[in-house]
Amino acid sequence: MRMDLIQPFINSADAVLAQALASPIAVENLSMDEEAYRRKGIAAEVCLVGEIEGRIIFDVDLGQALQLASRLAGVEVSETDEELVREAVCELANQIIGNAVTTLNDQGFHFHVRPPKLHTSEQGSRSSEDTEALVMGFSSSSGNVFMNVALRYRSEVAEGSAVAG
Amino acid sequence: MEKFTPVTRNEDGQPVRYLIVDDSVFARKNLARMIETFGGQVIGEAGDGISAISEYARLTPDIVLMDITMPHMEGIEAAEKIVREHPGARIVMVSSVGYQENIVAALQRGARHFVQKPVKPEVLYEVIKYVLRDEGTTARGAGAGV
Repeated sequence: MRMDLIQPFINSADAVLAQALASPIAVENLSMDEEAYRRKGIAAEVCLVGEIEGRIIFDVDLGQALQLASRLAGVEVSETDEELVREAVCELANQIIGNAVTTLNDQGFHFHVRPPKLHTSEQGSRSSEDTEALVMGFSSSSGNVFMNVALRYRSEVAEGSAVAG
Repeated sequence: MEKFTPVTRNEDGQPVRYLIVDDSVFARKNLARMIETFGGQVIGEAGDGISAISEYARLTPDIVLMDITMPHMEGIEAAEKIVREHPGARIVMVSSVGYQENIVAALQRGARHFVQKPVKPEVLYEVIKYVLRDEGTTARGAGAGV
């Protein structure tokens, strides 16, 4: 997987999470995911279409999700406010992925982002040769956030748009 | 959350009336909280571009805060349709997807400004004052505004 496609997601997650939690975030090890994706907490999925295609799953453990929802809502959010916690995770996914998409588009990659959807299944599709998944973890004092990124660069789309353009 | 000097309409001294358009209930609540600190009044909400068009016609707000990436109809298309019908509409795009091409497209189709998510209240406050400047709005009192 091309690291120049991944780095904006790491930078964006680092910046948006640090702002949302108002505390430093540690970027943990990155690893390739060869197995099917397994959900760890409350997860949102965002799909990309165009020159860069694939999906990103933003997965937050419950403790961290409650902390994020409370910080963003400005009130204490409990486990019983399931809808609000899920909404908070989706909105954060939207912000992190949207900021990374902005950087990549400004670098000349042309693609489109779809609205985030709640990822409810326990397991996702297995990565393949042309869509490897990279897992990155971010930790703070209140818990962990994971991003599972499976993207591929579609040179034929880029060439097509260059010819058309 | 920080309190700002209230922005009111010069014509009648009433709070500025907002329509918030975002598919995320959470994002709408967050923006509504900010608007409250600006002394504004949220008169309506919509979760997609199609509802935004009908809500604008029904409510004729002073300002619309419009997300871009939404189901059914995206924000830029909705902004274009609203401005075509209501040339005086003041629409501020509020989105996490803020690349140059997108911003230019939104402005060309009638949006007045763009604010990138995550939204900083002080940035949104300044943008709102700027967008409403022709309307003759006033920041009243001696609050802790920026």
